[in-house]
Amino acid sequence: MTLPAGKPLRVAFGEAVAELGNTDPRIVVLDGDLGSSTRADIFEAAHPDRFFQMGIAEQNLLGVAAGMATVGFIPFVSTFACFAVARALDSVRVLIAQPRLNVKITGGYAGLLAGMTGKTHLIFDDVAIMRAMANMTVVAPADEVETRQAIRAMVDYDGPVYLRLTRPATPILFDDRYRFELGKSTIVREGGDVTVFSTGVHTTRVFEAAEILAGEGIDVHLVHVPTIKPLDEDGIVEAARRTDFVITAEEHTIIGGLGGAVAETLSDRYPVPVKRTGLADTFGESGPNDALLEKYGISVGKTAEAIRSYLAAR
Amino acid sequence: SSIALYAVLAMRGYFPVEELDTFDAIDSRMQGHPDMSATPGIDMSSGSLGLGFSGGLGIALGAKAAGKDFRTYVMAGDGECNEGIVWEGAHVAERYGLDNIIVIVDHNKLQQFGWHGDSVENRLPPYTGSQLVDRWSAFGWQTYEMDGHNISDILSTVETARAQQTGPVAIIAHTVKGKGVSYMENNYLWHSRVPTPEELAIALRELGEDDGGAS
Repeated sequence: MTLPAGKPLRVAFGEAVAELGNTDPRIVVLDGDLGSSTRADIFEAAHPDRFFQMGIAEQNLLGVAAGMATVGFIPFVSTFACFAVARALDSVRVLIAQPRLNVKITGGYAGLLAGMTGKTHLIFDDVAIMRAMANMTVVAPADEVETRQAIRAMVDYDGPVYLRLTRPATPILFDDRYRFELGKSTIVREGGDVTVFSTGVHTTRVFEAAEILAGEGIDVHLVHVPTIKPLDEDGIVEAARRTDFVITAEEHTIIGGLGGAVAETLSDRYPVPVKRTGLADTFGESGPNDALLEKYGISVGKTAEAIRSYLAAR
Repeated sequence: SSIALYAVLAMRGYFPVEELDTFDAIDSRMQGHPDMSATPGIDMSSGSLGLGFSGGLGIALGAKAAGKDFRTYVMAGDGECNEGIVWEGAHVAERYGLDNIIVIVDHNKLQQFGWHGDSVENRLPPYTGSQLVDRWSAFGWQTYEMDGHNISDILSTVETARAQQTGPVAIIAHTVKGKGVSYMENNYLWHSRVPTPEELAIALRELGEDDGGAS
């Protein structure tokens, strides 16, 4: 079964923040001169008086957001993930995470697929960095439906959040009955042979990989983990119990991301074999999306292959 | 310098003056750098240089956006102006014509270690002459200078700045590091040193203060 086509997460982000801004005057958007790429421009068009251009200066972008939060606003900071996480990390740490200010950091173009930008702009250790930071909540939605709901949940939650957004159009995984809950995982597909945890848009690829494997008689229990921190530890343990064999999958380095979080939890609470799939301990490069997914081993086919071979070697 | 800020806050009644004695002790609300989540009266955490300025800018911008009528004052150091974030923010303040923020730069011409001069001991200042004033002016800020040790000059300069303010204001406060203590004055080594009891007694005597029985 192939998933229906959907919008890029960045478009869902722009639309959702603009819509929430209609009824919540506390919402402001601060842009680091990338609004037409991150689609913060959708908010600017709807609420020009609450859109603040901060120019190409990310440390101050995050700092100003912190100050605005103390006056009662809910600032959504919009820039590329590489700049929000890597370039402005000290502002995030000292001015947002430490005082637990109500700033929503939206990192666009996260992961492997950031247009033809190459290793400078690709960031796939962002979840590891943000997850290690005290007070920070980390969310990576799978599709446009979940992105909209996650943004609403972020507004309802009082505290700093890092939202991982991506560039390309992404298939729709969830229907309108889906309910995103901050800190909860969700079963995407029931199965008995192996438990696969995945996060972000990569879950759409893992779902399609699981469908391929189903045709081969491999029954995957697929659990989507949109909130990487705080992790749904009970949900992780429960799902691991289903098959006693766990594989993690993510568009992120296998160091410190979802795989790290799941391994930490299971080694503490329910030690079973855990195999981590995702991006290797490396930097990226520029190239067409399909070629990148293939070369870096996270295409639908490569994901199916990894699950298949780990199961065979079990 | 956080201890000086805490002393002011205590005198203004944010917490008991006696609590100042907990500075440097475990569990103290007086942290080594200002922490808005620990100390009453701290509007913005700071300490990693330049961040307090950036946060203050956000407060000023937020006040504008919320239609609130108050001024934001930011204390910064001259060495702190080495930080890129200061100039990132200075540019933004000009763009938004923020006439509700006043930055006071403590220009004591010394930073923690400083730039090497003609000898290891002779450290060069972060900025000389009119460099600091020129830089803030070049970023579109109204600039003023004052004697940072003279209370009446401070009050009149701030008063004048408030009356004339049409955009962001930077006041360069000329100061002497370790002012009034012979062995500390203009000596970068006293950036964060703690005096011995003997040194403390000398300092208090030179400052004309009760030495609290230290000598």
